Amino acid sequence: MLAIIDYGVGNLFSLKSSFAAVGEEAVVTGERQAILRADRVVLPGVGAFGDAADKLRQTGLFDTVREVAAAGKPLLGICLGMQLLFDRSMEFGEHQGLGLIPGEVRPIAPVIPQGLDVPHMGWNGLHFAADRSPLFQGLQEGDHVYFVHSYAAFDCDAYVTATAEYGVPLTAAVQRGHVFGTQFHPEKSGNTGLKILKEFCAI
Amino acid sequence: MITKRVIPCLDVRDGRVVKGVNFAGVRDVADPVRMAEQYSREGADELVFYDITASHEGRALFTEILRRVAERIFVPLTVGGGIGAVEDFARVLDCGADKVSVNSGALKRPQLIDEAANRYGSQCVVLSVDARRVGPEWHVFLHGGRIDTGRGVLDWIAEGVSRGAGEVVLNSMDTDGVRQGFDIEMLQAVDALVDVPVIASGGAGGAEDFIRLFTALPRLSAGLAASIFHFGAVRIPALKRAMAAAGIPVRLDGFAGEEAE
Repeated sequence: MLAIIDYGVGNLFSLKSSFAAVGEEAVVTGERQAILRADRVVLPGVGAFGDAADKLRQTGLFDTVREVAAAGKPLLGICLGMQLLFDRSMEFGEHQGLGLIPGEVRPIAPVIPQGLDVPHMGWNGLHFAADRSPLFQGLQEGDHVYFVHSYAAFDCDAYVTATAEYGVPLTAAVQRGHVFGTQFHPEKSGNTGLKILKEFCAI
Repeated sequence: MITKRVIPCLDVRDGRVVKGVNFAGVRDVADPVRMAEQYSREGADELVFYDITASHEGRALFTEILRRVAERIFVPLTVGGGIGAVEDFARVLDCGADKVSVNSGALKRPQLIDEAANRYGSQCVVLSVDARRVGPEWHVFLHGGRIDTGRGVLDWIAEGVSRGAGEVVLNSMDTDGVRQGFDIEMLQAVDALVDVPVIASGGAGGAEDFIRLFTALPRLSAGLAASIFHFGAVRIPALKRAMAAAGIPVRLDGFAGEEAE
């Protein structure tokens, strides 16, 4: 059983459906016990980092997510859910994250060439680290996935498993032990995204 | 490298995909769920659904269709039509939409953009603008192109983006449905004005129009079309191969590919 954490940010209908499409039963839940009982856990998220971190704390799920990681259960953060895995974010002031992966979330605008749109929105190719993450076993170098974000993770080189080129390489995916994160949306990335979710369910 | 998006647009009325010419003479085309599945298998990078239903029953049918699409199609879905309040955002987002496009609702009450961007983030708010040349400038039109608001297109788009719209769909009604090519001059003016993604809409007649568009405006993010896809004038795999051959970055992986005719 897979748990998708519901802490009041974003619509989780597509995410649940995408797991169903790869044959994994997913429950959308905000209950601590249900999350701790699950074999694997997904932390989704859209919107602003500060709001999302506040909601995680208000619902008491901040510590629950840390418990999941401490227990060594596979945990996947998606988009803002990935950013929350880091130490801190500089989106509208400084906010503390879950601290599960060392690094910091900062705006992309100052580091990308002028003339490129912000947000980084659309399908971009993945470039994998030499040591291929199990999530990407079934993929080819350059396979495309769907991104939409204005902030990205920096200072986390040791944990980067994939980058995407947007004038500069941006962090596209990270891993530390059984804690995984994708800046892109696998549930919106066609067959490539479904392959990634299927691999996550096999860990 | 980020790729140029090819986006089929499905106008849905009373549960069916329809298509008009120059915003009039609507023709019935197909079942929306089947059509969306086909486009997704063929490599559509995103799908846009416009609800052009007037009735309450039609609206309920539309959200039901949306839910069925979101259950089985895993590319981004943008939904528009009849969005006048933040509650309308909630209604379609709950059915699986990723982005919501606002048009006349935002013209009547521009604060709608601020409210929606604050609640759901700018990435969720698409400003859709129906534009037509009037003398030396471009005006924003309402109600499917029947009413000239007198508002300048560039002025309105600048306001919409500053209020929080994260993407702009610019629909030229001079070129819509007549397949004579996108309105490159107007698109260039808008693309130079804003730093959010801009989607060209209206006028695609074939692959050469997409190639001309992205060759002339290499910064542009996406091209949207309806009738050429619905009536099979060009198939998405063939279009993307032609774009790739012309040196335009497109996504050629992650979908099933050619559909049997």
